[in-house]
Amino acid sequence: MKIAEDSPPTLAALDRPNSYIGRSVPRPNLQRLAQGRGQYVSDVTLPRMAHVAFVRSPHAHARIVSIATESVKKSPGFIAAVTGAELAKVMTPWVGVLTHLKGLKSAPQPPIAVERACWQGEAVCAVVAHTRAEAEDACELVEVSYEELPAVTDPETALDPKTPVIHASLGDNLCFERKLDVGAVDKAFVEADAVVETTFMFGRHTGVTNEPRAIVADWNASEQRMTVYQGTQAPHMMQDLFAKHLGLHHQQVRVVTKDVGGSFGIKVHTYADEMATVALSKLLKRPVKFVADRIESFVTDIHARDHRVKGKIGVRNDGTITAFEIDDLTGIGPYSVYPRTSGIEANQIVNLTGGPYACPNYRAQTRVVFQNKNVMCQYRAVGHPIAVAVTEGLIELAAAKIGMDPLELRRRNLIADDAYPTQSTSGLKFERLSHHESLAHLDAMMNYAGLRAEQKRLREDGIYRGIGFASFIEVTNPSAAFYGVGGARITSQDGATVKLDAQGFVSVATGVTEQGQGAEAVVAQCLATAFGVPIDKVRVTTGDTDNTPYGGGTWASRAAGIGGEAAWQAGKALRANVLAIAGAMLQTNPEALDIRNGVVVDKAGGNERLPLEELARVAYFRPDTLPAGIQAELMATRHYVPRAWPFAFTNGMQASYLEVDVDTGFVKLLKHWCVEDCGTIINPQLVDEQIRGGVVQGIGAALFEHCRYDDRGQLLNGNMADYLVPMAAEMPDIECGHCVSPTGDSELGAKGAGEAGTAGAPGSVMNAINDALRPLGAKPLTDMPFTPDKILRALGKV
Amino acid sequence: MSGYTLDISLTVNGERLNAHVEPRKTLVDFLRDDLSLTGSHVGCEHGVCGACTVRVNGAIVRGCLMLAVQCDGATVETIEGLSDSGEVADLQKAFERRNALQCGYCTPGMIATVQDLLKRGGVPGREEIREHISGNYCRCTGYHAIVDAVEAVAQARARTQMKK
Repeated sequence: MKIAEDSPPTLAALDRPNSYIGRSVPRPNLQRLAQGRGQYVSDVTLPRMAHVAFVRSPHAHARIVSIATESVKKSPGFIAAVTGAELAKVMTPWVGVLTHLKGLKSAPQPPIAVERACWQGEAVCAVVAHTRAEAEDACELVEVSYEELPAVTDPETALDPKTPVIHASLGDNLCFERKLDVGAVDKAFVEADAVVETTFMFGRHTGVTNEPRAIVADWNASEQRMTVYQGTQAPHMMQDLFAKHLGLHHQQVRVVTKDVGGSFGIKVHTYADEMATVALSKLLKRPVKFVADRIESFVTDIHARDHRVKGKIGVRNDGTITAFEIDDLTGIGPYSVYPRTSGIEANQIVNLTGGPYACPNYRAQTRVVFQNKNVMCQYRAVGHPIAVAVTEGLIELAAAKIGMDPLELRRRNLIADDAYPTQSTSGLKFERLSHHESLAHLDAMMNYAGLRAEQKRLREDGIYRGIGFASFIEVTNPSAAFYGVGGARITSQDGATVKLDAQGFVSVATGVTEQGQGAEAVVAQCLATAFGVPIDKVRVTTGDTDNTPYGGGTWASRAAGIGGEAAWQAGKALRANVLAIAGAMLQTNPEALDIRNGVVVDKAGGNERLPLEELARVAYFRPDTLPAGIQAELMATRHYVPRAWPFAFTNGMQASYLEVDVDTGFVKLLKHWCVEDCGTIINPQLVDEQIRGGVVQGIGAALFEHCRYDDRGQLLNGNMADYLVPMAAEMPDIECGHCVSPTGDSELGAKGAGEAGTAGAPGSVMNAINDALRPLGAKPLTDMPFTPDKILRALGKV
Repeated sequence: MSGYTLDISLTVNGERLNAHVEPRKTLVDFLRDDLSLTGSHVGCEHGVCGACTVRVNGAIVRGCLMLAVQCDGATVETIEGLSDSGEVADLQKAFERRNALQCGYCTPGMIATVQDLLKRGGVPGREEIREHISGNYCRCTGYHAIVDAVEAVAQARARTQMKK
């Protein structure tokens, strides 16, 4: 393979003479990471720093009868043992609800369990020592006496009258429910020529970030200030929460996020053990570090996707879809996670199912129930993989039933490309999507007809290959409609502060954060283009609440579309400030000037007039030589928040090509394609790599990943050897294609791209497996992950 | 159990060292905690993810499955040493240009593992590259970009070899 050299700019509308928009420039921080010079929170050490380890409940549900810590005190390196009751004096509990998810309820959650442990792995006592090993040694000496309580582990029976209620104060085990009924669904099913009904199961899984969650909290009693080094996606959100629950002002809390070893939505939540670490630092007046080990990660990192969806579709013989209906049930653990809640995933499933299609009849119900398992919350592509797999699974089953090509059935139902603006049957507002263009692009890119011919030929030799599709829509660039309106102090706006230094270089501080997606590159590209400097003169600062504008961070595919636009606007503002000074220095109308390649030039003709370095020298060191009344402002700040649309929806389509070994049940992925439309593409390489990484996480869900619990609420495979994630040898090459429908909400027109891959991959792999096995009369597989034993069962071989 | 230590002598990134280590301390903890060589990362601590991959006496090992005391008399090379010597500079450059790393947490181990394959010479095919790095988990990239970068470096090194 040839590594493509930097490509020339292609976007005329945004093009400036030294534009970086649309170019695959490398990310600025990669040598640091490639040379092992990153600064992950795991690497942070501070003077007097202690380490905390937690004694965790071995039971899914138990009353804590007593905790004896006497014998711990002689353990080498011991500093403190702290129970939930003791920590409650320093930190208040929290409740994960949002007012716009009507009726959603949860119970107060403490940083360390008090009186009762509600899932296997919940911390019941903290032990602080000089080293992590010593803290773990001391944990062994803590004697906790438990009275095991009945565990609620089956979502199907969680609401039965005879099932124990986990939190008596809530009255029942229902966290949230929602019903939607649009059009005339019953009539539409009656009028259908074929109705397909099936139940989809999605295995509970988790993000498995390579760097586990990590935090160092440093309470400085002398200045009454808390500095928290945390691997988080949302530093300002965490600042607010630490302050709120410790009774501090925002000014007393600084959250610093340097390099983060993977996040994927895992590191955007409030974790009890991280809150406990911060509280312990305040209590002990010294830095305390907590890094989850892998076993802890599996029982405490949020899980996701544990859903049972009964789905139904009606179609006419001409392929017209007459109705969709779903009944979703999900068990989220004993608490709704704070502050984003554990109702969003189910809510998204109701919103998104059927979303790409023009079908006026849709009925949905979802119920979110509590159970005694680890908590569930938002993980990359929140709800999308489920909604997409259900929708697309029903479509391919319906196509098979009426004998129509599955791509053709989609072509006849996807919302027309000239129908925008429009909205989905569930009420989602679409500014502009490109389903048909995407389908045509995918059809050509994969040589669909050729693959079908190959598939047919190979079947005659007993080789069973399948082709599966999945259309998708993706929520990106969320406005305040996502969390802010529900009362969560999670900002949807973001800012960029730019500064010209005395040598003509530019620095930018931004509220979006970098966890590997390339936010720093995108911000640098937008700023360099808008202001007019070579990109190697731009330095980006992220992840520090003391030194960046107030911002939301990086989640819900918002960093490029929102953070990029803020940087773009800040770059333009700084350019205007600089040209005002240049105009004064050159006795020229600023309107007639521009900045190109770090030099002030005549806008017409491009004659070089003044290097930025010279302008900065005068402004900073010889301001006395500027005309009276002229004050140079070589810093500028701009913020941006989407206002015209609640979300910038993107769309696209994926296809999977695979081969099933019908003797072993093993699936070999041969190739995967994804066409997506994220609007203006700021950096094509970064978009493609977001897609590819996302696809592979989706493939993990389809084939491997599953947090397996027994009926007592014990996680059976909570380690990396037993919980399988995709490895290089099993993964296919992934080809990406693009359509471009910019959003009119911003000047850049960029939408997000971080979750499209994960949204569509599981459904397309499921459909490909069923396509491969269809000639063998196998019962359609709808129970993820599709392990070899399930495939052999579907074939009737075991 | 803590407190009891053993004396070891070893060479780390070309520097001779003497240390007192607890027998239970893993090599990667020793490198990170005692020597501040934080480029080697801890991902799973049970030999699966490969984030702690380092070179001991020329062979790649899992830093979490080897004890520091087992390295008495050994030569250990970490990403810091491999970087400073320039041995893997072309790989690091290719990873950067191809965006073959995102969060970067797996990258030092990945680079060590890839170099282990490439220093055998020849141009491995994509399947062989994928097979060789299968003990190194990357959760960000989906591996495609890594395979591209490794393939490009293998080809470039082969061309350089031919010119010699």
